[in-house]
Amino acid sequence: MPPEPIPQTLETTYREAVREAIRDAMRRDPSVFLMGEDVGRYGGCYAVSKGLIAEFGPERIRDAPLSESGFTGAGIGAAMAGMRPIVELMTVNFSLLALDQILNTAATVRHMSGNQFGAPLVIRMATGAGRQLAAQHSHSLEGWYAHIPGIRVLAPATLEDARGMLWTALQEPDPVLIFENVMLYNMAGQLAAGAGAVDIERAAVRRQGRDLTLITYGGSLWKALDAAQALAADGIEADVIDLRTLRPLDDATIMASVRRTRRAVIVDEGWRSGSISAEIGMRIVEQAFWELDAPVGRVCSAEAPIPYARHLEMAALPQVPAIVRAAKATLGPT
Amino acid sequence: MLRTDKPHLTRDHLLWLLRQMVRIRRFEDKCAELYTQEKIRGFLHLYDGEEAIAVGVIPVLEERDRVVATYREHGHALVRGVPMNAVMAEMYGKVEGCSRGRGGSMHLFDRTTNFYGGNAIVGGGLPLSVGLALADHMRGEPHVTACFFGEGAVAEGEFHESLNLAALWRLPVLFVCENNLYAMGTALALSESETDIQRKAACYRISSEAVDGMDVVAVEAAARRAVAAIRGGGGPRFLECRTYRLRAHSMFDAQLYRERKEVEEWRSREPIVRFQGWLKENDIVHEADLASIEAEVAAEIAEAVAFAEAGAWERVEELTRFTYAEKPGEGAAHHAA
Repeated sequence: MPPEPIPQTLETTYREAVREAIRDAMRRDPSVFLMGEDVGRYGGCYAVSKGLIAEFGPERIRDAPLSESGFTGAGIGAAMAGMRPIVELMTVNFSLLALDQILNTAATVRHMSGNQFGAPLVIRMATGAGRQLAAQHSHSLEGWYAHIPGIRVLAPATLEDARGMLWTALQEPDPVLIFENVMLYNMAGQLAAGAGAVDIERAAVRRQGRDLTLITYGGSLWKALDAAQALAADGIEADVIDLRTLRPLDDATIMASVRRTRRAVIVDEGWRSGSISAEIGMRIVEQAFWELDAPVGRVCSAEAPIPYARHLEMAALPQVPAIVRAAKATLGPT
Repeated sequence: MLRTDKPHLTRDHLLWLLRQMVRIRRFEDKCAELYTQEKIRGFLHLYDGEEAIAVGVIPVLEERDRVVATYREHGHALVRGVPMNAVMAEMYGKVEGCSRGRGGSMHLFDRTTNFYGGNAIVGGGLPLSVGLALADHMRGEPHVTACFFGEGAVAEGEFHESLNLAALWRLPVLFVCENNLYAMGTALALSESETDIQRKAACYRISSEAVDGMDVVAVEAAARRAVAAIRGGGGPRFLECRTYRLRAHSMFDAQLYRERKEVEEWRSREPIVRFQGWLKENDIVHEADLASIEAEVAAEIAEAVAFAEAGAWERVEELTRFTYAEKPGEGAAHHAA
């Protein structure tokens, strides 16, 4: 009998893809371990690490007390001593309790020590709104983190990136922060059976178009793609760029697209003022001003804490109709 | 068998302890002088009065053990073996400095001696020490991490988080609290509801000891007991060294918060004069020994100053170098102007 054909793709979810990435890294490198609140016996607050403690044990799937600064700093110290920790913070809001360690130690130690020490760890956390978790669990502060020299900031939006970015991040000699949008964990789809490490340098063009460029990342990628589809129905073809990495930004991919389409709209779940969208907009102005045919547009979250009530939460976030409106605004009155 | 938990009160060892304290004191006297000449800038925090702690604790550690210190760490770096030339060049901000001139007085780093800085965030070094020890623990390595901090850090959340983590996971950390009674200008009684600092360790089931931090032999004896217990797999230990900062917090401090008389009283108990007096009373050292220590130290400092003076400024083109690790093929050439 001929052997059964090996399936080319597997049905999976974003959550399972992240879990598989952790499992793969743990198997390949004994210095990798996962540490965070409820990552072990509970299985992870978003169930990402469910089942891993049975395979790897409590030393390497290490439940930590509610001490974000303490265990994040411990991850940094362990990395400086040669381990490769994956620190999980439940949400970006809680990461602020560890900001001292992330900024004052992890991001500075290589430069400040004259390249004698580095902190090669990965810090993963959930970000974003949409689950009615209100103003202390729903913010999108990855743009803040992208302000900090010395760290890398990743925002996987696809199954391939959820599966593939972690290993590449663990090979980096410097700290890498990975932001997983909470609305993506349940996203299901097909992933290549042999999916593995991916680059973390380049933005990706997820849809090709000639009329304008939509620039986004993370959970907003899917809204931007929906908006592009709606625009196509009106004969407007959008390039959709998935930034993938917020620091360092891939200016080359952004500018190549904007120079071709001559119009840009940035979609960012962070607040508008002082946001990563502001940074990208300014870079476009600095590098491609003379090629623009319209002011750069932005769709961001409302300048308010994210509220609990469903209709208010939805109104606070970038949504497809607002992206379509902003896109059409760059095309002028019709 | 050599007992590692008892100090070796040989003449050579006692002289060595004295020489290290004198080395730190004279080095810092020179730094203060250079500060007034504006050779050294920024913040300069002197260890005057507290030298017996670094000198008592650090030599108890092995070569592959690890040290985490604060922004008042010149003494710790020197006694750990960071060359005085490299420390002085760092004070000057020269590229020959132990952190290439990027860190200055508060951020001395040295990979060769496992000296993890010079942390200027009060309490910020404690989680780091937990992580260093966690790495050793997970790999089954026998190293100890010594973490120094002032009593001001005890009010920080990171202190409590770190003691809990180290005890919970039985990590090989020696927590050394340098209790000099003032967190900058705030007296201990104004910042802590419980001023008996070492008792706080008990909340985390960490064995602790308080010791006269101005008695170098007592500090060393306590450190030996603690390190032996840690290396025996007993988890973390806590050592409170009771001391006093005889100079201002930094060079910008007018010392409005304490009486001159109080400082003078403590000065009479200071560790070097006291240790010298004891050594002389017991006929262990003589004037000639003291003179030769002073001469050796003066020569070392003169050489360090000359080294720092002759040093170079890092090229401005290298300003952003090492913000991230260099990939193969990058490097100085890449940054050449």
